Amino acid sequence: MNALEVEGLEKSFGGVKAVDGISFVVEEGKTVGIIGPNGAGKTTVFNLITGFYRVDRGRILFYGKNITRTQPYKLPHLGIARTFQNLRLFSNLSVFENVLSAILKKDGYNVVSSVFRTADYFMKEGKAEKKARELIEFFQLSGKENYPANNLPYGEQRRLEIARALALQPKILLVDEPGAGMNPREVQDLLQTLREVKERFSLSIVIIEHQMGLVMNISDKVVVMDFGEKIMEGTPGEVKKDKRVIEAYLGEEFI
Amino acid sequence: MELLGYIFQQCINGLQLGAVYALIALGYTMVYGVLRLINFAHGDIFMLGAFIAYYLLSRFTLPIYVVFVLTMICTALAGYIIEKVAYKPLRNAPKISLLITAVGVSLFLEYFLSLKAVFTPNYIAFPRPFEVEAFDLSLFTITNVQLIIFSITGVSLGLLYLLVYKTKQGTAMRAVSYDKEIASLMGINIDATVSLTFIVGASLAGVGGILYGIAYPQINVFMGVMPGIKSFIAAVLGGIGIIHGAVLGGFIIGLSEVFVSAFLSSTFRDGVIFVILFLVLLLKPTGIFGKRIDKV
Amino acid sequence: MNFFWEARKVILLSVLIYLSVKAIFFFGYVSQYIEQITLYALIVILASLGLNVIYGYTGQFSLGHAAFYGIGAYVSAYLTKIFSIENIFAYIPILFISGAAAGLIGYLIGIPILRLRDDFLAIATLGFGTLVRVLLDNSDKFSEVFGGSRGFVGIPRLTTFELAFVIVIFLILITHNLIYSRYGLFWRCIKNDELASASIGINTFSMKLMAFTYGCFLAGIGGALYANLYTFLHPSNFDILKSIDFLIIVIVGGMGSIAGTIYAGLIWVGFIEGLRIVLPAEVVDLRWVFIPLLLIALMMWKPYGLMTKSRN
Repeated sequence: MNALEVEGLEKSFGGVKAVDGISFVVEEGKTVGIIGPNGAGKTTVFNLITGFYRVDRGRILFYGKNITRTQPYKLPHLGIARTFQNLRLFSNLSVFENVLSAILKKDGYNVVSSVFRTADYFMKEGKAEKKARELIEFFQLSGKENYPANNLPYGEQRRLEIARALALQPKILLVDEPGAGMNPREVQDLLQTLREVKERFSLSIVIIEHQMGLVMNISDKVVVMDFGEKIMEGTPGEVKKDKRVIEAYLGEEFI
Repeated sequence: MELLGYIFQQCINGLQLGAVYALIALGYTMVYGVLRLINFAHGDIFMLGAFIAYYLLSRFTLPIYVVFVLTMICTALAGYIIEKVAYKPLRNAPKISLLITAVGVSLFLEYFLSLKAVFTPNYIAFPRPFEVEAFDLSLFTITNVQLIIFSITGVSLGLLYLLVYKTKQGTAMRAVSYDKEIASLMGINIDATVSLTFIVGASLAGVGGILYGIAYPQINVFMGVMPGIKSFIAAVLGGIGIIHGAVLGGFIIGLSEVFVSAFLSSTFRDGVIFVILFLVLLLKPTGIFGKRIDKV
Repeated sequence: MNFFWEARKVILLSVLIYLSVKAIFFFGYVSQYIEQITLYALIVILASLGLNVIYGYTGQFSLGHAAFYGIGAYVSAYLTKIFSIENIFAYIPILFISGAAAGLIGYLIGIPILRLRDDFLAIATLGFGTLVRVLLDNSDKFSEVFGGSRGFVGIPRLTTFELAFVIVIFLILITHNLIYSRYGLFWRCIKNDELASASIGINTFSMKLMAFTYGCFLAGIGGALYANLYTFLHPSNFDILKSIDFLIIVIVGGMGSIAGTIYAGLIWVGFIEGLRIVLPAEVVDLRWVFIPLLLIALMMWKPYGLMTKSRN
């Protein structure tokens, strides 16, 4: 079963093609890495899948359902969750509230329950709070529940963003450059976390990464992009040896 | 023929009002360009211009061209001071804080000037610097006041064009408006450019104030509020940050207002302008000349 | 019911406050005037709370809040006058109809304008406020009862201390429950980051619309209580200066704080009305010279509002 199918995706900005006919498939339960030099159009692909940009041409299927040009807020309800390249936490909300908001969005009560504090309110709130604590513990943020999100160190903010995405109980998780701005040690921690996430939550993952090392270690399949096009696709082993990939990365750091 | 003449006459009247709006709208659009701020106090600078001209004309009976120059200098100075004192300390604050400050400056100017010890809260008559003459062109009439308004507006726009497109300072202004950070990296003095923008905008508003006083000789400390808002709407209509957009927007707003008053009712005059605003914001928020921006 | 059990502390506190205020009134320590402004303070708190939901919690800046306050006031004035309401129990439904009318108009106007952000939203709400002012000034053209720019006269006096107190406490409790529920959480998410909110499945537009509608509803109820307290309305009571009043209360009280709004509302009304007692009228007129200066000083001192935690 294919979790996600992307077919001939195209997007231009003011005449410049940022994404030019990208196609790839994510099988259920697999991890796919998208790599490529800066400006290759990786993040644009994510923004197209998650509806933040309008698709010019092409199709996106999620478990066979056409989700092209769906409004962003509808996708989490279908089972798609994402993180952002430049961290988008609710920075003035506490760590706990960041996770809780997503859980309560997924499984909530209505306005009447809120206003009159019905039994449903207490049940759902209680469940959500319990689940939020579990997630916070899993991401090793216990004891920091009441910190404002922007008071956390950078690496922990990254983890919190992933925790918030997982709170939506997605079928697929799209992670945009999780290693950006991290030191090698933090990257190693993150890698470990992502492996555990995959095991525990049994989901498909698409991960964009600039640092090849991170992707190679975790992906079942790697898609390589350059100038908005897919230049190759294969297992990490195949990609590492490919001449075109090395060329695309020439002058870039190659881990 | 009578109706046609009437329509022509209303066109002339609309262009007269539109010229004043265009002069004010330029200040809004230029300041928005460099600071991304709706300078709420700009309408009050326009009012200040009318009051300064009033004093120069009635107390000192100066010749009109001297009045123009002195008024422009005074309003330019006011614009400069407002920017330095109220807006500059908040350059990096949230946008809304800057906006609230601008509202504060506007209210302060109005209520401070309305004190009996300063100006007056009442309407006062603006002195005529010259006799009004009307020229009958069979289909419609045009007054010397209108001719003066059109020619002074034309000259101001020409000078502004030369400043913005033919001088180094104008290039700096456009660069800051395009991207403040990059402009700063290119060695452009942001503070000086912002100051210059306020000075130019405020002197144009000063000219607008005098022309308004000559055309509609009743002035009041709150006279800047509605023309200020309408001129801002004109700037949005033309495409905020775009100079020729502000001019076109000013004329469209002036004409709509005059035509609504003439053919519907002057009651709905202000209402129609806000309907225009809502339509623009809904259909094309970037205005007539604005380009669509697609970004997250 | 859970509602009352949850709110037991607030209710107890309110009863205590009510009894002490009543005692002060009863023993005649204060004049009729003080009683009137105490009522007025309650009204102002309610309307400011509405703006706090819109701006303080959801981050949608509005310069037209007084328009919704005015709509509530005029609707209630009209209904109570044409039906010559005298009974307080007949008045309560009208109160809620007035609030609903303001909320409905807020909803309809919110659909186009809540797509805008920051300063464009400010100018759109200011535009709407001005439009309402123009309509009120010309309201005698629709029906003589409204009085247009001469003002709406002869409104039945129905707002009593008991009624205003119960209604305001009740609505504060409801607002509290909304804010400390998932809806309040989503509002705060939207204030923090709209894009991230969408990424966790929040329909940002409908949540903003909900906050705006509810905030306008509160303003409408406040306006209705105002109309039937002072028995006279004038369009100039509902112009931008009134919107600025509410804005100052929200900012001084701290954006996103119910208690802050209550304190700031009391202090504000006490301060302005207190000045009237102490100082001659000419000096009181100076207040609009100093209020803008206060506003500017506040922005420079604490650009994020007084009682909110500062960002690091």
